[in-house]
Amino acid sequence: MMAHAQGQQHPISLYLKIWGLLFVLSTLSYLVDYFHFQGYLRWSLIVTLMLLKAGLIVSIFMHMAWERLAMVYAILVPPLCLLVLVGLMATEADYVFLSRVVSFGR
Amino acid sequence: MASLPPDPGESSSSNPPVLPPAPGWQGIASDWASDKDAFKQVPWGKAMMWIFLLSDTFIFSCFLTGYMSVRMATTSAWPNPSEVFALTIGGKEIPLILIAIMTFVLISSSGTMAMAVNFAYRRDRAKTTALMLATAALGLTFVGMQAFEWSKLIAEGVRPWGNPMGAAQFGASFFMITGFHGLHVSIGVIYLSIVALKVLRGDYERSGNYQIVEIAGLYWHFVDLVWVFIFAFFYLW
Repeated sequence: MMAHAQGQQHPISLYLKIWGLLFVLSTLSYLVDYFHFQGYLRWSLIVTLMLLKAGLIVSIFMHMAWERLAMVYAILVPPLCLLVLVGLMATEADYVFLSRVVSFGR
Repeated sequence: MASLPPDPGESSSSNPPVLPPAPGWQGIASDWASDKDAFKQVPWGKAMMWIFLLSDTFIFSCFLTGYMSVRMATTSAWPNPSEVFALTIGGKEIPLILIAIMTFVLISSSGTMAMAVNFAYRRDRAKTTALMLATAALGLTFVGMQAFEWSKLIAEGVRPWGNPMGAAQFGASFFMITGFHGLHVSIGVIYLSIVALKVLRGDYERSGNYQIVEIAGLYWHFVDLVWVFIFAFFYLW
């Protein structure tokens, strides 16, 4: 690990490689829409490409890969609570949808 | 708390050197249990920026979760983003092309920002300023294209309470999510321009501490990160 007194020092070529990789991944996710993939294939491709891009940005561009674990976990673990929120809201939205179908017949 | 006598072998005026952490969970536990600062060797400015970004993550996630709920609960068809955001170029309709260009512009701005941080730590002020201003210019381009996209949709009759293409909730989700993200980009452009000019003026030369460029960079990369999620969930889903 680098001493923080001098800050993070990595070769410029690393950033250029990640930049290129992000371009490729973005192109791929655009092509998912361009070629009209549908259903589970579409959704799994979108989520996979999204997570790959997010991982590259956070770990390399934001230097998370070189931070102390005590800070990495303090930042990356709390957002997992959001999965609970998403789960609750998905159940709720499903119920609202069913109620609307039953009550309004559409 | 203050009753502990100082260690005999240690002068009271200087802090003890911070040891490298033990690997894995042991290191985390000893850092957090040390009854002092938990984020060792992390400058406070950087730790605070990370904590701010964590809170911002929750805000954007609430918007995206709200959007998920209304989209799942609506009984009318959701407008197809692929068609709504298509542009006619040279007589041919290309789906989602404007959003794709915006994505590439924002990723490029992240690339220039990452390099600006690198040159800042090498104390190359001219290159740092140039790269940061390039980042800000790309950010402005992004906001400009977003303004174009907004006016196009408003002209087509999209409103927060309804639109001619389908489910009424589309407009509210669109304006709220992209508007809040656009606000972040605009603030980032101002923030980066200020720091860039201060670097050029040599404000950080006396201390020799260019951490502030990395901290500003963290904010900018976060704006790009949020766009990755908006692009996936709002535009591609």
